Amino acid sequence: MKRALFFIILIALPFSVIAKVAQPNEDPQIEQRMKNLTEQLRCLVCQNETLADSRADLAEDLRKQIREQMKAGKSDKEIIAYLTDRYGDFVLYKPPVKATTYLLWFGPFVFLIGGTILLYRFVRRRREMIHEEPLTPDERKQAEEILRSA
Amino acid sequence: MNKYLLIPLGLFMVLVAVFFVVLLRGKDPHLVPSALINKPAPEFHLTELGDPAKTFSPQQLRGKVWLLNIWGSWCVACREEHPVLIELSRSGAVPIYGLDWKDKREDALSVLEELGDPYVLNLSDFDGRVAVDYGVTGAPETYVIDKNGVIRYKEVGQLTHENLQQRILPLVGELNK
Repeated sequence: MKRALFFIILIALPFSVIAKVAQPNEDPQIEQRMKNLTEQLRCLVCQNETLADSRADLAEDLRKQIREQMKAGKSDKEIIAYLTDRYGDFVLYKPPVKATTYLLWFGPFVFLIGGTILLYRFVRRRREMIHEEPLTPDERKQAEEILRSA
Repeated sequence: MNKYLLIPLGLFMVLVAVFFVVLLRGKDPHLVPSALINKPAPEFHLTELGDPAKTFSPQQLRGKVWLLNIWGSWCVACREEHPVLIELSRSGAVPIYGLDWKDKREDALSVLEELGDPYVLNLSDFDGRVAVDYGVTGAPETYVIDKNGVIRYKEVGQLTHENLQQRILPLVGELNK
């Protein structure tokens, strides 16, 4: 009997560990929101990392605060506003569209359109520059002979 | 020669000139511009490092120009900065308040005992909440706060003789007028 109990405990032991790992004490919905949001945010310490990936101390603090605010029912928008109020637009990987970033957002399209117009004008001008002289009757006869022999 | 062909060359030259000027200015691109300049310094209530029974709020410093220095006993650069702070506090030019960031009380106190205490007061921000409100990205950082409780300047990194003489002390003088 004692032996059987021992084996049962021995077998059950690893499962208790698994149960602990598989059961995060956080709300999965909030965790999913956390993941989506922090992937769009920049860590202020290692600036090429997102807030989701960074292991920096400050990033951990920020994640903790974001999680708390989500639990308090704040929307993603409100949380982003909270962060940009303190750290500026720099925390956003995707910069907002506003007066200072117009060039960033629309510059490429301006260049694309400008380049297309230049290319179009250039090609048209070249077409005008090349004059095709019509063949003389002699040349036409010669050409027809070549075509026939081929 | 088609004159339109010169347009890309002209644009390229402008780009080169822009990059060159920015490069020569030698600013560190990693420095995050503070979003809080010319905004009211965030309110907080923190316990004092020296006497945890007492709490402090920036409201108490209305009418004064003061510096808020973010530091921690774990921060090597803060240790390097320390002699400059000591000198500044001896000169009496401006009161320095410390925000002891993500630290342990005993560690912070032992550093102050070892290196001297340039602070009028130190505030314990051990969970880093107030630092986030101030947009701190690392230590040391120093804020200049005016008589109306507005942040007027932020130095990211160490205070040195140069940036004290060139920027901070002139600004403090002006704000004290």
